Amino acid sequence: MPLHPKNRPVAVELQLNGKPQRGAAAPNMLLSDFLRQELGATGTHVGCEHGICGACTVRLDGRAVRSCLCLAVQAEGRRVETIEGLAEADGSFGILQDAFHRHFALQCGFCTPGFLMSLADYLEGNPDPTEEELREALSGNICRCTGYAEIVKAALYAAARLRGDADSSRAK
Amino acid sequence: MKPAPFDLLIADSLEEALACLHEHGEDARIIAGGQSLMAMLNMRLAHPSVLVDVTRLRDLSYIRCKGDWLEVGATTTQAELLAWPELATRAPLLAQALPYVGHFQTRNRGTVCGSLCHADPSSEIPLALATLGGEVVLKSRKGKRVLAAQDFQTGMLTTARRPDEMVVAARFRLQEDLARFGFREVARRHGDFAIVSIAAMKTAKTLCLGVGGVAERPTIQTFDAQSAEDLEAALNAFAWQLGGSDDIHASARYRREMVRRLGHTLLQEVSNAAAS
Repeated sequence: MPLHPKNRPVAVELQLNGKPQRGAAAPNMLLSDFLRQELGATGTHVGCEHGICGACTVRLDGRAVRSCLCLAVQAEGRRVETIEGLAEADGSFGILQDAFHRHFALQCGFCTPGFLMSLADYLEGNPDPTEEELREALSGNICRCTGYAEIVKAALYAAARLRGDADSSRAK
Repeated sequence: MKPAPFDLLIADSLEEALACLHEHGEDARIIAGGQSLMAMLNMRLAHPSVLVDVTRLRDLSYIRCKGDWLEVGATTTQAELLAWPELATRAPLLAQALPYVGHFQTRNRGTVCGSLCHADPSSEIPLALATLGGEVVLKSRKGKRVLAAQDFQTGMLTTARRPDEMVVAARFRLQEDLARFGFREVARRHGDFAIVSIAAMKTAKTLCLGVGGVAERPTIQTFDAQSAEDLEAALNAFAWQLGGSDDIHASARYRREMVRRLGHTLLQEVSNAAAS
């Protein structure tokens, strides 16, 4: 029975934004710390570290999850997507990033990676949400600056653009 | 904060996980989705010396109907159960209660059985299991036990699981003909811990309320057909029996008042819906 002893790092390999990456993690290393400290992907932010604030949200095999509530070793062999993967190939903003920029949906920006990764997953499953549904979906991410109104506007705008109807009245 | 160091077993089979529990007993903890346990590890409220990861046990990820029961395996996530196409028709109480379990990001990893094992008094899944008269299936190297919900969850964050046992499945009673359900929750923010959560069930045989967030575990009370005054008195007695305590979110008195008012609303809703 392969029992990994404490404090002895284990090799962890995963797909980070489509590219194979490899690092070492002790059994108790969080996925959030592994991304930041081992792989240098510091776009994922660490807020409360107990699953409340949502700042560390990443996509694990496509589903939005808290990376602070996941062990690095549990991500072995899986697909992880982070904020670093949201931009277009030429480095310009992706649709979600552009929507937040255009609608002033951030101030300090600490919570933003979590909001964007949550929305990236949510809008794939529900491409045409009502404002009420979006507010419920975003209730798992905390922002201490904006008061959320601009974030909801940006999310509705992003949803419309992802659907390909940026001119719809709800998106303005 | 970060978890204190622990040895880790990434189990490839149920037998391997049970052998590890057999060897390490109380020092070992099972981790599946970890949406409660990881927070407790990070805050160092839990410090097992061995952690047994069961997330690779895909044969324990299933949703099955067997006779009167809906059986959910140990590694089935809350999101998977919520997405089950037959949930609204075959288990309407779960369909109403599951959207209140955390947020979609935590439901993507959190398991149904994990929530039962964590046994938080304000959790929705233990409340649904207790209201529906469900069961929990436990396995150890010595064999299998099946416990009724009320015998499994014995108190605040406490269950009758023995240190060498793992919960391998939960069984919820499937929808009976003409049964009606209601569910309401009071929380500061959608997805937060419930201040009070109430489930109502009306079947051919019984009319009952299940209440979470007030007593140390979900509590079920049946109500006989009775006059309006008798019903109010019965709800008042139930509220006092639940007790409740003051905390940062609400007073015990507020919680009891929610039991009286929301309980009354829900009992009326399920009774009227059943009559029509």
